[in-house]
Amino acid sequence: MNQTIRLTVNGERKIVTTDGDRPLLDVLREDLNLTGTKYGCGEGRCGACTVLIDGKRAHACLTPVAAAEGKAITTIEGLAKDGTLHPVQEAFLAEEALQCGYCTPGMILATVALLDVHPHPTDQQILEWMDGNLCRCNGYTQILRAVRRAAGWHG
Amino acid sequence: MDTDFQFLERIEPEPWEGAQADQDGSGLSRREFAGILGAGLLLTVAGDVALAQRRGGRGFGRGGGPSNIAARIHFGSDGTITVMTGKIELGQGARTELTQAAAEELRVAAEQIHLIMADTALVPNDGLTAGSGTTPRTVPAIRRAAAAARKVLIGLACKGWQVEPDTVSVKDGVVTHKPTNRRVTYAQLAQNSELAKQFAQTIPSEIALTPVSQWKVMGTSLPRPNRREIVTGAHRYAFDIVRPGMFYGKVLRPPSYGATLKAIDLAPAKAIPGVVVVHEGALVGCAAPTSWLAQQAMSALAKTATWETVPQISSKQLYRHLKEHARSHRGPGRGSAAVADTVAASAPPDGAETVLAHDYEIAYLQHAPMEPRAGVAEWKDGSLTVWACTANPFGVRGALAGALELPADRVRVIVPDVGGAFGGKHTGEAALEAARLARAAGRPVAVRWTRQEEFTWAYFRPAGVIEMRGVLDAQRFLTSWQQININSGGSAVDTPYEVGQKTCRSIKSASPLRQGSYRALAATANNFARESFMDELAHAAGADPLAFRLVHLKNARLRAVLEMAAEKFHWQEHCKNSSANIGYGLACGTEKGSYVAACAEVAVDRDEGKIHVRRICQVFECGAIQNLANLLSQVQGCITMGLGGALSEEILFADGAILNASFNHYHVPRFKDVPELEIHLLNRPDLASAGAGETPIIAVAPAVANAVFHASGVRIRSMPIRAAAAMIPSPSGRGLG
Repeated sequence: MNQTIRLTVNGERKIVTTDGDRPLLDVLREDLNLTGTKYGCGEGRCGACTVLIDGKRAHACLTPVAAAEGKAITTIEGLAKDGTLHPVQEAFLAEEALQCGYCTPGMILATVALLDVHPHPTDQQILEWMDGNLCRCNGYTQILRAVRRAAGWHG
Repeated sequence: MDTDFQFLERIEPEPWEGAQADQDGSGLSRREFAGILGAGLLLTVAGDVALAQRRGGRGFGRGGGPSNIAARIHFGSDGTITVMTGKIELGQGARTELTQAAAEELRVAAEQIHLIMADTALVPNDGLTAGSGTTPRTVPAIRRAAAAARKVLIGLACKGWQVEPDTVSVKDGVVTHKPTNRRVTYAQLAQNSELAKQFAQTIPSEIALTPVSQWKVMGTSLPRPNRREIVTGAHRYAFDIVRPGMFYGKVLRPPSYGATLKAIDLAPAKAIPGVVVVHEGALVGCAAPTSWLAQQAMSALAKTATWETVPQISSKQLYRHLKEHARSHRGPGRGSAAVADTVAASAPPDGAETVLAHDYEIAYLQHAPMEPRAGVAEWKDGSLTVWACTANPFGVRGALAGALELPADRVRVIVPDVGGAFGGKHTGEAALEAARLARAAGRPVAVRWTRQEEFTWAYFRPAGVIEMRGVLDAQRFLTSWQQININSGGSAVDTPYEVGQKTCRSIKSASPLRQGSYRALAATANNFARESFMDELAHAAGADPLAFRLVHLKNARLRAVLEMAAEKFHWQEHCKNSSANIGYGLACGTEKGSYVAACAEVAVDRDEGKIHVRRICQVFECGAIQNLANLLSQVQGCITMGLGGALSEEILFADGAILNASFNHYHVPRFKDVPELEIHLLNRPDLASAGAGETPIIAVAPAVANAVFHASGVRIRSMPIRAAAAMIPSPSGRGLG
């Protein structure tokens, strides 16, 4: 059933007319051409589709687009401002915390959300928070370093 | 599964060229080796990256590649330098490494190189990206082409100036003749009409390459050139490619392996506005403007389909099935397979031989790269372009051409940097499905596999049964050795140890699942069996596992990593001071020209029924290090990935269906699973560089299994190492003698 849904995506107002049950992930990727948000599992178990909805981490694959009505969505394309990378993106670059890079957008957005909730996270908090995001290259060591760097541990 | 790709389903990704044989046991004495170590060649990474690198020795050069320079390198008159390769970036660092190779020999900064990878219309065929082949073969091929190009450019400059080539120098793409203070840039030289003629020349195979001691770009930790596109989400994987007017496609899958479609009613799906339905041979699919709509149409199709199924064995019967269907004769020194588990592991009475024989079981597992299979196909004037995530662009081009009855030159395969493969993407199923749907739909179509499809219909790492048999003489030396791998392949089946008489081989069986390559492929299985069994023999001999190995090991490079791992891990101290439910194990191995040893510390939690890997200390050596940061990430990734195969990853199946086709039910390593890692990378600038994306995985599982035995007294001869089996109380069987 098509309905009109109003979203704010990366600061821009968007109106989409679509089936409200469609995953937000599909709408971002197919209707709004924002392919930085990745499909990984479709069941919220890998974190590749992580976005921020009203600043909170969400799995775009499990979020019906109708549930995002009127909300502010941030995708990986919306983190950099005027060509200046977000500090979390900079931290991932500084630590070379990427191999194939497919999980990277989700990892970065999960980190942004983490630092919003825990500005000075402990290692245990980082592990608990990030454990839902998979990296099949198993680059966890570098990603942890990037998260710590973004949290101001060093660097 | 479509049979069009059957020819790609080879167990071995590509034959490993054994030309590095001269590196094995390189003749370096222990004292010489220690001398090199002392001089600072050792790279130690524990916690923070610490670099200490001295360079020296010779360069290397061999391998294939195109015959002329123009096929490999293009100089734009605007100063751009484009280098072309058929290799794929899969996250292993090929883009970085090949950029470094070209920049080094051209005497330019890495930033000046634009590397085009894996577009069959533009690049030379560098073969499948597999088998750790990029470093030993493609890097030298690109270096030779770049060195030949530099020589041509210098020649043109000298001809213009009428000076001798040895009187000029090159830096940052500028040729300078100091005596007369003249300079000319590559961009200026590229405008010389003679360049094209000279670039058509065959690349000399013996052209001098820059010695390691003079490397300026190679040997540095250059980061991935397109890293900014990754962290901003701008990079488009094949899964992300969008073409004008593109539809999203779905393919009907059988309910079980081997099922054939008896009847289907296309009408309900065709009745959905905007949907294209395709029934072409065995392919039933649909395409629609959104994947949501395509999925609805596919559900409508699936509801009307009736299938004829055939009996399939389940994972519970797997190992017996593989043994019963082993295809070739088992060779001498072995009776029936039933002998395997009848010999007790006990120390021999003096003066007698000890015979041990056991079977090891290796489960199927799935690569589960983050990017599932994807293909986008676009037809124009009878020619096909596909964007695909595959490690095999030219192979897929050939497969598409064959399946679609096109000449190969009407098929173009483009592989954007891929979201992981680990040996799992040697095929191009989604590309072919997309091509068929796109032809029928008359517009571009994307086929993107779901995670469940990837878990079910992608090929698996082969399962296997590995029959081990060893004989110790009265002095506890190995006099006979047998390793027979049934079904999972021959990589690393030979033993690096001195074992007397030996029979090491792989034999085929009837695999119930579709199988193919994997990271290091059968070396994961064969190393697990061999290194676990070496521990069993050490225990039977009443010997320390390290000492037992060293007594039987001559290979200098393997000895070096093993001894260093033991030293860094404080192996001897652990042997003396063990505590309940804590165990220590070690393992080593060599494959594809590199060498690895790992030590593991585990805690067996009998209440929780779990094995906790607390610490891994690994030493790895792959000749001259070309990019330390990238190497480190490969080694770390391999260790953690190896823990998945060691402890949890196992495909369960019954009645032709996969029972755990999701990340919810198939546990791969996560953040919390990463143990304390201590990694030491040995640099050997005196040796040719070997690939490093695979071998660091092979020692992890056996080191853990050996540590579990030490902790629990229970020898678990299966991978994954099933924790429940280790919980049997056993007060006696401490593993270390």
